[in-house]
Amino acid sequence: MTSEIKKDLRYTKTHEWLKVKGKNAVVGITDHAQKALTDIVFVELPAIGKTVKKGEELCVVESVKSVSEIYAPVSGKVVSVNKELEDSPETINTSPYDDGWLVELEMNTSAEVTSLMDSEAYKKIAD
Amino acid sequence: MYRCAIYDEPLLNELECCIPQEKKKPVAELPTTLQRTTPLHIPNLEEIQVVRHFLRLSQMNYGIDTGMYPLGSCTMKYNPKICEDISRWESFAAVHPNQDESTVQGSLQIMYELEQMLCEITGMNTFTLQPAAGAQGEFTGLLLTRAYHHFNGQNHRTDVILPDTAHGTNPASATMAGYTVTEIPSTQEGTVDLSVLEKTLSEKTACFMLTNPNTLGIFESDICEIQKLVHNAGSLLYYDGANMNAIMGKARPGDMGFDIVHINLHKTFSTPHGGGGPGAGPVGVTKKLERFLPVPRVIHSKNNYALDYNYMDSIGKIKGFYGNFSVLLKAYIYILMMGQDGLTEASEIAVLNANYMKKKLVDSKKYDLPYKEHRTHEFVLSCERLHQEKGIRALDVAKRLLDYGLHPPTIYFPMIVKEALMIEPTESESKTSLDNYIDALLKIADEDVQTVLNAPTNTKVRRLDEALAVKNPTFTWKMKQNTFTTEEKQTCCESAGRHH
Repeated sequence: MTSEIKKDLRYTKTHEWLKVKGKNAVVGITDHAQKALTDIVFVELPAIGKTVKKGEELCVVESVKSVSEIYAPVSGKVVSVNKELEDSPETINTSPYDDGWLVELEMNTSAEVTSLMDSEAYKKIAD
Repeated sequence: MYRCAIYDEPLLNELECCIPQEKKKPVAELPTTLQRTTPLHIPNLEEIQVVRHFLRLSQMNYGIDTGMYPLGSCTMKYNPKICEDISRWESFAAVHPNQDESTVQGSLQIMYELEQMLCEITGMNTFTLQPAAGAQGEFTGLLLTRAYHHFNGQNHRTDVILPDTAHGTNPASATMAGYTVTEIPSTQEGTVDLSVLEKTLSEKTACFMLTNPNTLGIFESDICEIQKLVHNAGSLLYYDGANMNAIMGKARPGDMGFDIVHINLHKTFSTPHGGGGPGAGPVGVTKKLERFLPVPRVIHSKNNYALDYNYMDSIGKIKGFYGNFSVLLKAYIYILMMGQDGLTEASEIAVLNANYMKKKLVDSKKYDLPYKEHRTHEFVLSCERLHQEKGIRALDVAKRLLDYGLHPPTIYFPMIVKEALMIEPTESESKTSLDNYIDALLKIADEDVQTVLNAPTNTKVRRLDEALAVKNPTFTWKMKQNTFTTEEKQTCCESAGRHH
């Protein structure tokens, strides 16, 4: 079952994606991740203003199968969260890269972005 | 092909009343504002209506008495009817926990002797029978851990370590007891990684929780090294006894160096479970932890049994009264009936049955077995091959098994196996019944994709909306109210039937 991988995004080994928007970055989970989790029923979003370090728990996603932690791909401060997901978490299943985004971070440094995988590298692990 | 019994059976209070109801005036002089103006809506039925109602419901149900139930890590073995029979004797069923000790000497003797038996089976020093389930046993064990470290002035021990194969209840219990949980990855072999464990252990570690054999059905043969590492770090070692059915009479957690053990009487010792309980999760400890056990404890002197509350360092009470006595009683009868030889043989057959199924299914090349070859009482297959080639997932295989009249295995656990089917046949099943289950799994792998994706079709309810069941968890008669569509009602019905 092949999964969609977007060219213009950066990826982590734990199947988060990161979209850079100037000093900020939007975070979500990949198509591969949502397929593996199956129907998502609950999302626990972080408080706005919370600071996270790269690799720390950012939020929690619960599916009918399991509860999974979502890790921050880069360090930064939470500036916005996708409130829509509280009522319709299934949006992550239908639109993992667009309407199903999770959190927007203000990055401490854009230097950490280069340590993340590009779409070609991610393709190899998301088979 | 199997067909599930299907009735459009109404709820009990929807059944038509056949007995004429008399309108009676209240005996007491109630102010009119307090008197009912509408009739009380409670069932008023003839005996035969009630009998038929419940018989029909039972015919639509599925249990170990109906067919094979190989739910991995749940040990759904046969529950001998003699245990049910004896537990209903008036001398047991009519005993009240508030009776004077002198009038319940027999019940106390059974509890005392059961503790002794469990000590012998597990190699532990002392047991408490109070916890009502495995998870409560874990919670008790972690409270004991806390009390032990506190007693020794080691309050800085705030962390619990567990492997990524651990039952989900382990991190939950540790968190409930106020601990921070660290999960460590397993080796390529599917066992504890000693070097990672060594690095993770520190002066902050309170406890390492382990299931042996683990949830992949693999015996942790490095257990002697594990216990050395854990104890050298000043930590305790906890044994999750969910998989005790693999090792009775063969190996004992006490001999492996575990400090605290919980066992599930409703798994290994054959008391019924699956409908939400009641269960029993007795906890055994080594000598150094004995003083912290819950009170009361059953003590024996000369010809007298008594309940003793006099333990200064006890963590206190864990459960109302003394635990689920009728469950304890059934386990006691089972152990007496089986004896040492019988229990050992039960484990042998449980392991043989699992390995027979594993071999046949893996040889078919339709399902794969990640990690080590040798398994104990259960094994975890991966449906990843079917998923890649045909788009059939573990969930679909599980649903299709229902059409064959078989209870599915545990699915999607442990999480380190993709598209996992976790199968535990137990010693209760004959070769014929194992072969029947194997045949069904092999047939499903070759079936037309749509047939599998549409399953189940032979059951009262069809494929359910699991997402909705999680989002709208209404498990009472209210689920029948008009706020739900028929499909949604069915979803809620299935969720209500989940158990662990």
